[in-house]
Amino acid sequence: MAQMMYWEAIRRAHDEELAHDPLVIAMGEDIGVAGGTYKATQGLYEKYGPERIIDTPISENGYTGIGIGASFVGVKPIIEIMSVNFAWLATDQIVNTAAKVRYMSGGQLTAPIVIRSPGGTAHQLGAQHSARMEKVFMGIAGLRVVTPSNPRQAYGLLKSAVRCEDPVFINEHELMYNLKGEVPDEEYFHPLEGSEVARPGRDVTLLGYNISVHWCLQAAEILAREHGIEAEVLDLYALSPLDRAGIRASVARTHKAVVVEEAEAPVGVGAEVMAVLNEECFFDLDAPPRRVSAANVPIPYNHALEKAAIPNARDVVAAVLGLFPGRNN
Amino acid sequence: MNVMPGYVREEGMSEQSTSLLSVTDKKRLLREMLYARRFEERCYEAYVERKIGGFLHLYSGQEACAHGVLEAARPGFDYVITGYRDHIHAIKCGADPREVMAELYGKETGSSRGRGGSMHIFDVKHRFMGGYALVGGPFPLAAGIAKGIKMKGGEEISICFLGDAANNQGTFHESLNMAKIWNLPVLYVCENNLYGIGTRIDRSTAVLEQYKRAAAYDIPAGQADGQDVEAVYAAAVQAVEHVRSGNGPYFLELKTYRYRGHSMSDSNAYRSKDEEREWLKRDPIQILRNRLIDANALTLDEFKAMDREILDQIENDVVKFAEESPEPAVEDLEKYVLAENDPYVHGGRQ
Repeated sequence: MAQMMYWEAIRRAHDEELAHDPLVIAMGEDIGVAGGTYKATQGLYEKYGPERIIDTPISENGYTGIGIGASFVGVKPIIEIMSVNFAWLATDQIVNTAAKVRYMSGGQLTAPIVIRSPGGTAHQLGAQHSARMEKVFMGIAGLRVVTPSNPRQAYGLLKSAVRCEDPVFINEHELMYNLKGEVPDEEYFHPLEGSEVARPGRDVTLLGYNISVHWCLQAAEILAREHGIEAEVLDLYALSPLDRAGIRASVARTHKAVVVEEAEAPVGVGAEVMAVLNEECFFDLDAPPRRVSAANVPIPYNHALEKAAIPNARDVVAAVLGLFPGRNN
Repeated sequence: MNVMPGYVREEGMSEQSTSLLSVTDKKRLLREMLYARRFEERCYEAYVERKIGGFLHLYSGQEACAHGVLEAARPGFDYVITGYRDHIHAIKCGADPREVMAELYGKETGSSRGRGGSMHIFDVKHRFMGGYALVGGPFPLAAGIAKGIKMKGGEEISICFLGDAANNQGTFHESLNMAKIWNLPVLYVCENNLYGIGTRIDRSTAVLEQYKRAAAYDIPAGQADGQDVEAVYAAAVQAVEHVRSGNGPYFLELKTYRYRGHSMSDSNAYRSKDEEREWLKRDPIQILRNRLIDANALTLDEFKAMDREILDQIENDVVKFAEESPEPAVEDLEKYVLAENDPYVHGGRQ
């Protein structure tokens, strides 16, 4: 197992898949000559050339549609959208074409594209560079949505997404590209469905994905150290389809649940997980499940306001303690 | 603005050729266009009878466009994609009219197994890559197909048929730009029928001559009389040759008119009966029929016999097939959402 950064893991997956299949291409803004805003395609332009590592104009809906069209005839495009905020412009092609073409053609045509894009709030980037879109895409039938929380997942999910026949949206995070972690030395394909127990525990299930897994893990440390509460952290790396069985299994062990998301609460990942908890785990629960979410505001520029808008490990701890009356001393 | 047929401008238009197509080809094209007309008019009836649901956009009046262009291309080999007025493009590519009609009836035997409907005919085995309902949506898809062709080194070209109103979408500009910078083998055919749903082109569009807009992306363009299948064919021969020879994209504008409303829910209240009558005088089927009769290559009786034979075939073969076909099974509702048994969903080979 080698230690590598999240961006290096993504770059490695690109490199291996480009080498494996001459019809794999990468496209996006500044991914070629410039090497990629987050270095995910660094050096690949030199190695694979301009026909396969394609610098696109700033035309998100257009180049996403071109990727989809190419996928109709056997090309496997990995499309990078520089910031998920720009993916709003491409929702027409992603939602109206990629997600629906298999169904509306009666199974004749599929769009095996991968769209990678960083979402989330970084450092004072303002309202139009800090949004999260995973909740939008996870509500679209015909689209798979995965979101890696560590370099191993980032590598393995991209590998599987490229090989899979379905369109896959990979939600990355601007703050996580320099995160270090272990990645298998041998080739590894991560499942596109399911969830992972990132930390076992018996007292409460913390359900997180992408960056919020890390807040959950920090919160679990604090809960164990300061409050004697053993939290289980469930990493929902697949948002669509959601691992309902995995959620049920964990909550059946712990009987309490807190969902943690970086996005604002309404109609969100947390809301969907709460529906699963309500519909499928009701009689396993000892206390009402809780959500920890962002404030329902466009993300502010001011540093203090920005920090206040986004949850952190302490917010998770407070939510958990609310489920254990008498132990929040 | 004058939207009478005389509005079709002569300057800049392709030379009409009467010598490129043989008499046999012309007679076959006449039959195909008449078949298309009768097919669409039969759809109209079935819609009124409520056998066909949803939105129904008919091609009557525009037949020379798809037939003239695809006659110059290689249907079934070249990739074709279009918008929601798609039945006839599919059939000209090789789709079985019975399957197209069955699709409109929502049957399991339909082109898209009853999941698509009128606006989403697909016949991938004949490289008809589908009808799409978002105006302008196919522009980038066609360029993407062309990218795939180029990567694989094939001789195919990608042909995209859309209406004039689609040129006001961002996808038009984004796709033409990228098709040009990447030198993609894509032919964009603009069937300019003068109306975007109910809004006439001069009320929606700054540049009325659509072929001129391709100049913004340094893409060569032509314009032809979309009511004259021979003129369309002659222009399309040049266009297809340009694209297939590796010269990059081409834009072809065809001046045409749809006889029915935008869809069946449209009463055409936004245009005058005089205008409609004037355009009917330039009917693409009549133009070709009269030309063949004048050249003593066809008699009116032969034409009428051809018409009867087509009507009979549509009724007793096409419609009968659609009527008698089974509905999709409700148990299959969730089929075709995602790939079945894709190994990489579970991590592939480990």
